[in-house]
Amino acid sequence: MGRHAVRALRVAGVVLAAACSNGATSDTVTLRLWAMGREGEVVSELIPAFEREHPGIRVEVQQIPWTAAHEKLLTAYVGEATPDIAMLGNTWLPEFEALNALAPLDERIAGSSVIDPDDFFAGIWRTNVVDGRTFGIPWYVDTRLVYYRSDILAKAGYSRLPDTWAEWMTAMRKMKSQMRPNQYPMLMPTNEWPQLVGFALETGSPILKDGGRFGAFQEPRFREAFDFYLSFFREGLAPAVSSSQVANLFQEFERGNIAMYISGPWYIGEFRSRLADSVQGKWTTAPMPGKDGPGAGMAAGASLSIFAGSRHKREAWLLIEYLSRPETQLEFYKLTGDLPPRKASWQDTLLTNNTHARAFRDQLERVVPLPQVPEWEEIATAIYEHGERTIRGAATVDQTLAALDRDVNAMLEKRRYLLAQAGKRK
Amino acid sequence: MTAPAIPVRRASQLPPGTGKAAWLFLAPALTLIFIFFFLPVLASLLLSLTDFDIYSIADPPTTRFVGLKNYGRLLETPEFWQALRNTLYFALVGGPLTIALSLGSALLLNAKLTRFKTVFRTIYFIPFVTTLVAVSIVWRYLYHTKYGLLNYGLGFFGVGPIDWLGDPRWAMPAIILLAVWKNFGYNMLIFIAGLQSIPSELYDAAEIDGAGPVRRFFNVTLPLLGPTMLFVGVVTMIGYFQLFAEPYVMTMGGPLRATTSVVLLMYEEGFRWWRMGYAAAIAFVLFLVILLATLLQFRLQKERA
Repeated sequence: MGRHAVRALRVAGVVLAAACSNGATSDTVTLRLWAMGREGEVVSELIPAFEREHPGIRVEVQQIPWTAAHEKLLTAYVGEATPDIAMLGNTWLPEFEALNALAPLDERIAGSSVIDPDDFFAGIWRTNVVDGRTFGIPWYVDTRLVYYRSDILAKAGYSRLPDTWAEWMTAMRKMKSQMRPNQYPMLMPTNEWPQLVGFALETGSPILKDGGRFGAFQEPRFREAFDFYLSFFREGLAPAVSSSQVANLFQEFERGNIAMYISGPWYIGEFRSRLADSVQGKWTTAPMPGKDGPGAGMAAGASLSIFAGSRHKREAWLLIEYLSRPETQLEFYKLTGDLPPRKASWQDTLLTNNTHARAFRDQLERVVPLPQVPEWEEIATAIYEHGERTIRGAATVDQTLAALDRDVNAMLEKRRYLLAQAGKRK
Repeated sequence: MTAPAIPVRRASQLPPGTGKAAWLFLAPALTLIFIFFFLPVLASLLLSLTDFDIYSIADPPTTRFVGLKNYGRLLETPEFWQALRNTLYFALVGGPLTIALSLGSALLLNAKLTRFKTVFRTIYFIPFVTTLVAVSIVWRYLYHTKYGLLNYGLGFFGVGPIDWLGDPRWAMPAIILLAVWKNFGYNMLIFIAGLQSIPSELYDAAEIDGAGPVRRFFNVTLPLLGPTMLFVGVVTMIGYFQLFAEPYVMTMGGPLRATTSVVLLMYEEGFRWWRMGYAAAIAFVLFLVILLATLLQFRLQKERA
């Protein structure tokens, strides 16, 4: 009953709104776009050009903070108040797809002259495909890299960051031996999951098994990654602190209290603007070291999706096409430092001349998507919470991995039930 | 069968038709309470017996009736027990501290010698009416390990820097300190009202009998403040059992879940992961805990009286 009543009210509202706005703006379509963080701040600067091209379309940008974004989007969906387009972290796509909240884009892609799937990095594109259908167009990419102080590494006798785990460790031990007691070669905040999950992708751990029905944390490949992760803390190569305990990362990096940090591309801009001149030119980026050679990276980033509830899908698609053009992406890169997901955009001198971005370009060819289950956000939280407990000595490795499997299996119970039901129906 | 004696007799003393009129006047309020209070409570009780979650929002038929399974799982989850322990810690340490501080400041402000009473009363009351989020942000600066005022002050006494919000042992005391400072002003006002209702003759009589200030406090003030104390105690406790905003803004429940309260856990399960059935079960368990604690307080008060 509720839903019908809401619909009836909404129809009445639309009629009323149409009646009121009849006249000057009768055929103007207003698109609502939600975007998070820095992207939300600057995307409005790209909009005027789009509105000039399409005089009948107005775009309203709403900026939401990252920390509240996931909750807000879900609440909007439950309250049937979703925007036309939203920027979605690509690990969230399966979740919103499971809710039937998103519109499939395959037909529009097939008929588009702007968006060519082959021009996108394959690992990134795959994160937008759920059960063979595409629900988002990559907007920017994010894979984690190592930022490091090249001068401190050079002092330990290395001209560049080694690309295997074993050599990386040796280098860090040498660095540690030349440092003061409260200085560390690496910083990995204990309340972040991408580092540990990145190592797991490296060892080839599927993280989840049986089509995302069960956790695969007690399997040797995850255990190996977890062990490697813990060795940073065990050997004192990274301090056991959470990100809220680090007062000012840039200052610590400047003072050489921390010599390496794993993060995404947005830090290129941050490091350039916030580090003192004295250390500019003394830091650089490198692809993640792998078990035996350059490593795989996590395919992260954000996509643009159209909500199923949108009444202006055609216009929304025009906006996505506009934002996906290589020249718009370069403009966006200039504004944010976010890396474009299209190979065509990377041919521009703006990016080829950026030494810090080169490592990302290199790694983007090797990125691996994360497990595509709606419960991912919750699973990721469990991974770092359990990891943190082990780092602080509150649980052994065996206990942690068993607890992680148990907790994650419980989270996936409903998914298993639904998959079984779907299987029966077929 | 006999009808309950007292109400019937009373009703019969009133002019005929008054009962109906009374119901008519009560009807709007009762309807509102029924629709906006009893129905939601009933609905969430039913909800707590299902596995209503994010899949149910997309497709309601996928909801399953699970009986008491949510409750069973809750009692097995270490995170729940930890949240309950944290909440008890907060209520049992923070509650008495708040009451002691508000009683102390009320006594000071009620003393004959105190001057500028209104000014002090306003100053002490201001924290209670300021926005918690704004206050929390300022307090986060005060608590900062390296640059915070609090550690700067402690440094003069040779106390090493304390990682107030990052250390699992200190995070809850830090939250308690903030909450006590924020809330004592309200209780203080109620205590002042209570103190002013104590007839001054009693103090005069006690003084003539040779009672010093300490005896006067324990034998006159405290017993006569009994009802005020009960009210303040129960209201403070209920409020403190519902601890949410402080850790939500300051620590997000961390470090190592040391500041995750029961309500914060409920919020996370319900609005972060959308496991509404499970979250509703948490709400009911918390309701029972608060009910028990309130009954216990009434009992204690009665024994003392």
